[in-house]
Formats: sequence, C-alpha cells, structure tokens
Amino acid sequence: MPVLVYTENWDGKFKKLSFELVSYASEIAKMMGTSVTALSIGNVEQNELKKPGSYGASKIIEVKDDRLNHLINSAYSSIISQVAESEGANVIVFSNNFTGKALSPRVSVKLKAGLVSGVTALPSNLDPFTVQKKVFTGKAFANVVIKSDIKILTLSQNSFEIIETENNATIEAFTPEFTDNDFRTEVKDVTKVTGKVLLTDAEIVVSGGRGMKGPENWKPIEELAELLVAATACSRPVSDEGWRPHEEHTGQTGKIIAPNLYIACGISGAIQHLAGVSSSKFIVAINKDNDAPIFEAADYGIIGDVNKVLPEIIEAVKELKAES
Amino acid sequence: MKILICISNVPDTTTKIRFVNDNTAFDTNGVQWIINPWDELALTRALELKETTGGAIEKVTVINVGTKDTEPTLRKALAIGADDAIRVNTEPKDAFFVAYHISEAVKNEGYDMIIAGIDSSDYNGAAVGGMLAEFLGVPSVSSVSSIDVEGDNVSLKREIDGGSEVIGTQLPFVAIIQKGVAIEPRIPSMRGIMMARKKPLNVVEPVEADALTEFVSYELPQAKAACKMVDPENVKELINLLHTEAKVI
Ligand SMILES: Cc1cc2nc3c(=O)[nH]c(=O)nc-3n(C[C@H](O)[C@H](O)[C@H](O)COP(=O)(O)OP(=O)(O)OC[C@H]3O[C@@H](n4cnc5c(N)ncnc54)[C@H](O)[C@@H]3O)c2cc1C
Repeated sequence: MPVLVYTENWDGKFKKLSFELVSYASEIAKMMGTSVTALSIGNVEQNELKKPGSYGASKIIEVKDDRLNHLINSAYSSIISQVAESEGANVIVFSNNFTGKALSPRVSVKLKAGLVSGVTALPSNLDPFTVQKKVFTGKAFANVVIKSDIKILTLSQNSFEIIETENNATIEAFTPEFTDNDFRTEVKDVTKVTGKVLLTDAEIVVSGGRGMKGPENWKPIEELAELLVAATACSRPVSDEGWRPHEEHTGQTGKIIAPNLYIACGISGAIQHLAGVSSSKFIVAINKDNDAPIFEAADYGIIGDVNKVLPEIIEAVKELKAES
Repeated sequence: MKILICISNVPDTTTKIRFVNDNTAFDTNGVQWIINPWDELALTRALELKETTGGAIEKVTVINVGTKDTEPTLRKALAIGADDAIRVNTEPKDAFFVAYHISEAVKNEGYDMIIAGIDSSDYNGAAVGGMLAEFLGVPSVSSVSSIDVEGDNVSLKREIDGGSEVIGTQLPFVAIIQKGVAIEPRIPSMRGIMMARKKPLNVVEPVEADALTEFVSYELPQAKAACKMVDPENVKELINLLHTEAKVI
C-alpha cells in the first residue's frame, strides 16, 4: 500500500515541486512503514524519468500516450485513479498548484477519498489521519482529519525541504483504459512563457506595487530579478492598470506564493495582498511611508524612495556576486 | 444555454480571523459575509455574456449550500443580476459534501455551463468545481481566465504554470475560474436590489451525504518578529543581512 505521488513535468523535465513532493511522500511512507511510487504522465526521457528515485521513490510508473501531451482533467484523473487502484495506494499526493487543484478533486470523487488541499506539513497523526492546512487564505491553519480509507493531499508549494537519498527505483509502464468521455475537451492553442523564472516555482520574487508609479519604472525590478535569478510579481492595481501582465498578480485574488525571499517595492501591504505572500520565508519591504502595513509583515525594511533605493540594491548585489 | 454559478458565502476579505470554543470553531461574531470574490467574477462574466451574445444565454442561476443565514448573499447575487437562486438547506461540511449536494440538486436541470471559483477564501478547499464535474460525469476546465461564447461554442483560456492554453469543450461542462474572467465585479444597483426581492430563491432540502474530512481545530500563525529596519543611506547592509543572516541570497 504505497504512497502515490503525481510527479508533473514541464517540457519533459520534472518540475522542482515534483521532487519536493517525492521527498514529502517519502517521509509519510517512513511514518507508515511503506514505500513511494511516483507516477509520470506524458513524454519524459529515460534519464529524467529515473530522477524521483533520488528523492526516495522506489517505483516509477510511466504513462505515455500522444493524447496526453496537454493536461486533460478527465483523462489524467482517470489514469491517476487507475494507478492508485492497481498499486493499492492509500495516500495520494499532489502539489497544490493549478494541476493539483485540477486533478485531485476528480480523483477524490472517483476513489471516494477525502481530500485536503494546501497541506503545510507532515501528518501530525496517522490514526486518525490528521494534517495541517492553510485556511482563510493564509491567515490561519486548520487541523483536518481524513475519515476515508484513501487519503488525498495537495502540498502547499515550498513548504517541504527537498531531501536527496540514494534509492534505486524501478521503472514500469502502465497502460490505462480510457473511454471517449475522457477526451471531451481540446487544447487549440498554447502560449508558453519562456526564458523566465516561473513565479510559482521561484525561490526569490521581486515585486512592485503602485508606488512604482508606472510601467516605465520597472527596469530596476527586472534587472534585480535577473541578477537574483528571481521571478517578477506585482500587486493587483498594477495588473489591473495593465502596467504588468496578469500572471504576475499576487494576493488573495491572484497567485499565492511562498518563495524564500519576497522583495516588495512600493507595495502598501493591504491584507488581500499579504494573503498571497505572507508564507514567504523572508519579506523585504521598500516603502517611503513608515506607517505602511507591509512593514508589519516584513523581516527587513527600508524606508525610502524605490527609485533611489533599488539602483543601490542592484549595485550591492553586483558587488556581492563579484566577491563570491 | 443555461448557466449555473456556485456561490460560496465567505467572511469579508478584511475580517480579522479569530476562533472560539477552544480553537475548534471560527468566530463569526461581527463578521460581514460576502460572495466569494471568484464567484462574484464568475457571476459578472455570466451576466456580460448574457447581455452580449444576443439571446444565446437563456438564464443565469446561482446556487449555494448553506443555512438560512446565507440568503442575504444569494439575494445580493440576484440584485447583481442573476435570474434565480437555489439554496440547498444544510450546513456545508466539506467540499465533497457540498459538491455532492449541488450535483444532486441540479443533475436533471439541464445546465450547460456550470462555473465555480478556483477556491473559497475561507477554507481554501479548491475542490468543489472539480468534484462537481466528476459527480455529474462532465468535463472540467480549470484555472480558467477567460470565457467566450458564440452560439453553442464555448472557448476558454486556461492558465498553466508558465503559460496559457485556449481550450474548447463539449457541453455540459464545469469551468473552474480564477482571475481574468472579469476585471471588476459588478455591484448591485438600486433597481437591482428592488427586483431581487421578487426573484425566485428556491430552497431544496438536503439528501443523505457524507463528509470525508473534518476540521477539528484551528491555529493562528505565530506572530512575526519585528521588522529589522535598515538605514536607507546604507543599502549595502540589507544585502549583507540577506546574505549572512537570512542566507537567502
Ligand atoms: C476582494 C478584494 C480582493 C483583493 N485582492 C488583491 C490581491 O489579490 N492582490 C493585491 O495586491 N491586492 C488585492 N486587493 C487590493 C488591495 O486591497 C490593495 O488595494 C492593493 O494591494 C494595493 O496595492 P499597492 O500596494 O500596489 O498600492 P497602494 O496601496 O497604492 O500602495 C502603494 C505604496 O507605495 C508606496 N510608495 C509610493 N511611492 C513610493 C516611492 N517612490 N518609493 C517607495 N514607496 C512608494 C506608498 O507609500 C504605498 O504604501 C483586493 C481587494 C479586494 C477588496
């Protein structure tokens, strides 16, 4: 009765969060005295396919089919349920990202398995099976008991350390059964953002608010992000104004992120904005108003004008890079 | 085409979150209740489509699983412009329980497009839409950021991590929406509020159903240590702290 992990790939490479998930699942498996099976759907090369083994998976199941090059909720959730049944898995782990949110509810109904999304830590108890999750958009935590035999968890991103182990995993192909009902949606066009660090995957995020005054002032944010291998983000009014693309909007009604470092430039720190970023490990705030609520959420702050402070930060980072 | 929108009744986004009964229940004292922000955007888009597609959309219905206390939220949805409302008369226990009740209430009602928000801002289950699609045996398209209708054709944009896709779907289906479907939510007009009083709000009794999860207790995050202020004349110090103390760069 292994722990089953859905390890997602992006253009044939596993996402970083997939390894985070395997590490997490391995710890649950240890608690339960069982093993981890990773499931990969789509085209992933053999060399890449072995990788979940280095994080604790002892078996990797591969499902390939030309119709599976895009995420199709019905088909994918059907595959995951079939694999869970054939493996006899009683815990299934997803990431709490767009994909996990799309698939886990369908699998939950197929298997009549209780689902807890946005889990932040290992189960605190196995009987009854109890996990902690974020509620009220990051403003509190709840302890939730899953009562069904099969349990499904989606893990909050960046809430578990990636742990490398030595493990030799076996790779097995699995051929799922489909019905026509599994393919009732069709992807007609795809736009990929390339060459940029993905906001939800980023360890460092540089973000700008209305205090940046206009899209023409974003150069230093982009430059700093590039230096730090960071993603760029923004507050809601900034994307509403069209200064920045909607994908960058973080907060209650945008993306919820949890990077190691979030640098907020000219952002007041409204409660709805903080809802999306307060799980960051460290927050830096640059704001000219010493009363701005962002300083209550921040770990480090500079009271000052972004136009003056940002170029100096860039210089200091360059110096640091030159030294090391 | 008939559109159904699943509405969650949630505390206002500025609510100070507190718990009572030894941290086993959310303190509803003094809380203002609102339509979950995503669901409000879904409703706004449905009404825009109804107005701009020349009769393609027959009706926009809203549904909520909740006790009588949630009726003001449904009335607000009617005031914004929904044609009618359904309330399944029971305390929502978890996403599985809610989705099952919605599916039972609407499975024979012929809705072509069902819209749910990507999550509910209270318990952040992010599950009702997907579960509902599975209970009804229909396709789901998730993290949708735009919806367009032309005759019987629905075209959607779905955000994926690192890009977006244009998706076509057979009807009926469930759209699980997020930011982008509409920019600003509509607010009720005076006339809308007057009309809402006369619009149908149908109460449906619950069926036998299980919840698979149980929320047993709550905790507030630990208070953050005070923010360390860095002298704006010495920005280098910030980078130094991030490097040597926080160790994040
Ligand atoms: C239902 C609902 C949902 C919402 N969801 C979100 C959400 O998801 N995300 C979100 O971000 N917001 C959200 N909001 C909006 C939120 O309430 C705030 O309005 C918003 O976050 C403010 O954005 P801001 O900080 O960029 O702008 P402002 O509040 O205008 O703050 C700008 C800041 O910049 C500072 N500043 C100005 N000039 C300079 C300068 N030269 N140098 C340094 N500092 C400067 C100012 O002191 C100020 O603190 C939501 C609101 C509602 C009602």
